[in-house]
Amino acid sequence: MNDSLVTTVLIALLGGALRVSTPFMFVALGECLTEKSGRVNLGLEGTLVLGAVSAYATSYHSGSPWLGVLAAGCAGASLGAIHGFVCKLPRVNDIAIGIAMMLFGTGIAFFFGKAYIQPTAPRLESISLGDWTGNLKLATALQINPLLIVGVVTAFVLWWAFANTRWGLLVRMSGDSAPAARAMGVSVDLVRFLATVAGGFLAGVGGAFLSLYYPGSWNQGLSSGQGLMAVALVIFARWNPLRCVAAALLFGATGAIGPALQSVGVTQGYYFFNAAPYILTLLIMVASAGSQKAARDVPGELSITK
Amino acid sequence: MSDNAAPLGQIHLKPSPMRDALARLRRDSEYIAIPLLALLISAAAFSLFLLAVGKSPLDFFELVHRGGFGSAFSIQNTLQRAAPLILTALAVAIPARIGLVIIGGEGALVIGGFTSAAIAIPMIDHAPPMLTLIIMALAGALTGGIWIGLAGLLRHARGVNETISSLLLTYIGIAVMNFFVEGALRDLTNPNKPSTKPLGDAYMVGKIPGTDVHWGFAAGILIAIFLHVLMTRTTFGFAARVTGGNPRAAMAQGLPVGKLIVICCALAGACAGLAGFFEVAAIQGRANASIAAGYGFTGILVSFLARHNPIAIIVVAIMFGGIVASGGLVQRRMDLPDATVLVLQGMTFVILLVSETLYGRFAFFRDDAGRDRT
Repeated sequence: MNDSLVTTVLIALLGGALRVSTPFMFVALGECLTEKSGRVNLGLEGTLVLGAVSAYATSYHSGSPWLGVLAAGCAGASLGAIHGFVCKLPRVNDIAIGIAMMLFGTGIAFFFGKAYIQPTAPRLESISLGDWTGNLKLATALQINPLLIVGVVTAFVLWWAFANTRWGLLVRMSGDSAPAARAMGVSVDLVRFLATVAGGFLAGVGGAFLSLYYPGSWNQGLSSGQGLMAVALVIFARWNPLRCVAAALLFGATGAIGPALQSVGVTQGYYFFNAAPYILTLLIMVASAGSQKAARDVPGELSITK
Repeated sequence: MSDNAAPLGQIHLKPSPMRDALARLRRDSEYIAIPLLALLISAAAFSLFLLAVGKSPLDFFELVHRGGFGSAFSIQNTLQRAAPLILTALAVAIPARIGLVIIGGEGALVIGGFTSAAIAIPMIDHAPPMLTLIIMALAGALTGGIWIGLAGLLRHARGVNETISSLLLTYIGIAVMNFFVEGALRDLTNPNKPSTKPLGDAYMVGKIPGTDVHWGFAAGILIAIFLHVLMTRTTFGFAARVTGGNPRAAMAQGLPVGKLIVICCALAGACAGLAGFFEVAAIQGRANASIAAGYGFTGILVSFLARHNPIAIIVVAIMFGGIVASGGLVQRRMDLPDATVLVLQGMTFVILLVSETLYGRFAFFRDDAGRDRT
């Protein structure tokens, strides 16, 4: 490969990272918030899909994609509310409930989504940040979607709020030591419920990105495990919202390897590169699960890492 | 996690066979009554859902009955679909006994089915069919076993969450199959759907004599019984259940916890891999995207409903086989999307898990509260 090919691939990877990373980012931030409070929601894959179809349907009927984003968030929040409510009952296993909610969310989304496979809904407009470069490819790669900016801002807000606000303290305390939180007179169940609802809202917004920006239509194959990978990504990001953003960008770039190589004529392993994000997730889990740093940062009440 | 496994037999101080048996019956009936209650509530909730979208629940259940159990033909169709469900449910149940939640049955099914189809390619027309089928079945079980065994190994060696890793392995398995089916192993004479070369009639698994049901159903039942005996009547099963109940205690006892975990996962994967073999060698006749039909995911629900008991799995798998088999009829007659079955399964799963909270709340199931306990 010569220089220009390498540049093309790198630009395509950058473009891919900026384009594809948003749903990872939102789901990871949502899961980060939920896990910080000491609960695991494995069902965010279902939330992502339901968010996508809610956003698409709302945008189609109302003509406003931003209303669609809001609807996606609300759909995600309601799934989160079911999860949050159910997990608080005694003897109920949050991992198993997550699997069930994944099936349930996907089922509901496919059921109501069938009517929306054909019609075209208004999509979110992109923001051009790269016109000054004078390079067409770079300018295309730097077409930023507005939700990416919302996501990055949310990450900074969460990061700041965890460290500096009373609410952040309550969430962290519920996650690190439920007895300590109870001793302080905090209702751990309530904190976890709200954190699960808010986490569901964020994951739903991530779904809105899939149907309203990229790929920008609704079909049943829209999400294939992004929601689940994002959950794994939180462990890698060691429950830090800012690292969630970085990890999401890395994942976006990995997902873009196949198409990027294809754009310069390497079509050999296209289907194999489809597996790249999953393999990367697995490797990352292997690397981070047993690490000392992860063991130090993990919320003490979390069942997923035990 | 261990909450889901049936409890070990409890210790009784006063041996009184008759009263003991009655008390045990009463106690055990809780494990049947509560899942049944959950099923009833699910049926009611799903009826409400159907009413809300303007369909008749009565029509639905009538059609499921007719499409799944109404005639000799539909019953055979049901049993045909129950076969992979028994095997994929076992792929959840065995790891559950050792305290792991494995949901990657679909991936082991796909990779097992694909490997068995791939290994058959050079043998077709050269090796005798029986030998080919045996090698195919072994290859399917072996790759399936490696697939889920890997999730178990990662869990034990690195503490990687087995639920997530097994589902990731599912996506990887499907991608690996697509890679070969779209590329090196694609049958170029079949323009419609990327597939491997067809096995041909002579190399297919036959039907159980007198029926239209393939041997996979019989194999599923035999394997379920074998695994039930293995898990309840052998030292291995006992060690596995002790590990599931309390890994630390098991380790303190000197049990080879890591080995047990990997073996249980490999057995689970082998079951799902065999399901893939039967899908390829008895139904599809080739490996393609059709073998990823969701049996692995339905199997999760089947196993949870059966409380991870291999014998109960047979019954529940037949029930869900009927629901899956009637899916087409229900869609056509009631003009419902194919995701309807998924909604029903999702609802049932959530309600079933919520019902876990009911255990121990009904006085009826308790045996003379406190008196028999140490």
